[in-house]
Amino acid sequence: MTRARWGGTVHLVNDASNPSSASPKVTARGVSKRFDTTAGEVIALERFDLEVAQGEVVCIVGPSGCGKSTFLRILAGLDTASGGELTVRRDNPDKPENAVVFQEYAIFPWKTVRENVAFGLRMRGVPRAERDATAAHWIERVGLARFAGAYPAQLSGGMKQRVAIARALAYDADLLLMDEPLGALDAQTRLTLQEELLRLWSETGKTVVYVTHGLEEAVLLADRVVVMTAHPGRVKTILDVPLPRPRSIETTTTPEFAALTGELWHALRDEVARAQGYEVPA
Amino acid sequence: MSTVAPPRRRFTPFETWWAPLLLALTLSVAAWPLGLWPVAWWVILATDFVLLVAAMERLEPRLPLATRPVFRNALAIGFPIALLVSWELIVRAGILNPRWFPPPTSIAVALWELTVNYDRFNDTSLIGRPWLIPSVWASEGWSGVRALFAESHVYATLSRVFGGFFIGAIPGVLVGVVMGLNRTVRTMLDATMSAVYVLPKIAIFPILMLVFPDPFGEGPKVAVVAISAFFLVAINAMAGVQGIDPVLLQAGRAFGANRVAMLRHVILPGALPIIFSGLRLALGTSLIVIVAVEFIRAQTGVGFVIFYHWQVLMTDRMYAGLVVTMALGVGLTALLQWVERRVMPWRDS
Repeated sequence: MTRARWGGTVHLVNDASNPSSASPKVTARGVSKRFDTTAGEVIALERFDLEVAQGEVVCIVGPSGCGKSTFLRILAGLDTASGGELTVRRDNPDKPENAVVFQEYAIFPWKTVRENVAFGLRMRGVPRAERDATAAHWIERVGLARFAGAYPAQLSGGMKQRVAIARALAYDADLLLMDEPLGALDAQTRLTLQEELLRLWSETGKTVVYVTHGLEEAVLLADRVVVMTAHPGRVKTILDVPLPRPRSIETTTTPEFAALTGELWHALRDEVARAQGYEVPA
Repeated sequence: MSTVAPPRRRFTPFETWWAPLLLALTLSVAAWPLGLWPVAWWVILATDFVLLVAAMERLEPRLPLATRPVFRNALAIGFPIALLVSWELIVRAGILNPRWFPPPTSIAVALWELTVNYDRFNDTSLIGRPWLIPSVWASEGWSGVRALFAESHVYATLSRVFGGFFIGAIPGVLVGVVMGLNRTVRTMLDATMSAVYVLPKIAIFPILMLVFPDPFGEGPKVAVVAISAFFLVAINAMAGVQGIDPVLLQAGRAFGANRVAMLRHVILPGALPIIFSGLRLALGTSLIVIVAVEFIRAQTGVGFVIFYHWQVLMTDRMYAGLVVTMALGVGLTALLQWVERRVMPWRDS
């Protein structure tokens, strides 16, 4: 199955026979994105290469404007690439290809928590009783059982984002795409949700591509961290995070964590400075 | 040895809450022999109002906390009543001419007379004498009840408002949503819509009278209301669709919504608050337009009641017509708000 509505190609490989096969879940080869503006061509993403293995958690960090969100949107099918090749292996053609968690919650204010979580299932045509049961399960898992009938206006920011996470998990795609999901939350709420994500991922074994601007967050959550450069957006380096799982907030107090965060900052520092307009010798 | 200066007292012109009231009264009475009322009545009234506000603001903190909501309600209801009472007294005192400003009591009497009496000259009554429905139903059946409705001014106005409002608002929502969704449609229609939007719709009433086979019938009246409602609703529906948070549209697409599902689950509910503010505007405008039309060309309707009694110089009944128009406006707005709360429960929290 091929999704090819643009210059590049997305292959959706059906490989139900061998779900644990060695072929990666996501393969991006030379994916690029160019915008035509009246001021000329802007290159948001240039020859982006990445492989994500089944069950792996990959965080993408980089200065603002490096195209990390653009890549995620292309991967989600919400935007089109200008060139390159993107392959997403699908192990079960009945399941959706991916589920997205957006930065600004993006839950529907006019639907209750239950209706929001069940939304993706409803769009897939899942019968009402079944989708209500699934929604109830995930609402319970993110600790919002008391608020199942509430509207988003009655929830705090952290609770709204938990609804968005429950909606993505209830959709039951193997590939979870998260675009700075905790970026708009305060520090304490972010910590509790990071632990919640670690727990949910370890229980579900999803493949995760996670865009963030938080270095500690990236090291805490990821198996590998992709560092990007800005203007044009390219992969600068990929950092392995060999910290053992299960992880928790306590992981952040270990010397290994500090060393990895330092290494990541070292890789990123010049990029951030350059993105902010400082002259940095290459 | 140093001394601490005593805190400077704030200048408080009135120690007690009723002192401003006393001053207002003194001022108003003293202005009388000085002959200030006829030349500077607005200055005196404005000063009295400021002093009244000052008195009430000094009174409120002295009241027990539990009674303060009651006090605020009493202010909200009491001040308009005080206005009506002063109007009454001023007219009774011969300061205002009762011919142009009939006192509230005679307006109330006129309203009562218009309600209970049948106008033999115009073959109408204000609300259609609903207390006759049982007996007419018994003697003449359905046609008798219909005749009662036909003689009612309020029914005539309401049927024109509702008829025109629905005929205009439903296509208005459709066209507005399409304009919000499709850039090409928007580009092609925007200039025309904006131009017609600012045109006072009453100005096209003569054209509508030419277009309809019966220029004096209900057709042109309903049509002018419909056209007024259409543009207001369409422009607001367009703005509502365009104003939807793009991330919600992305979320809809990301979770597999097709075009129909997007419209139903994302676009329409997202645009609904602005669509409703358009409907509210359209309903108010409908009432304005229909009263104006009934001034010009009608034998029934609340606008006709006002204009007819102006022509025969029965000003208390003219004012009664204004009161009915106000009541209709308040009632229609309350009805729409009720619908709004039913349709958009998520905004109620």
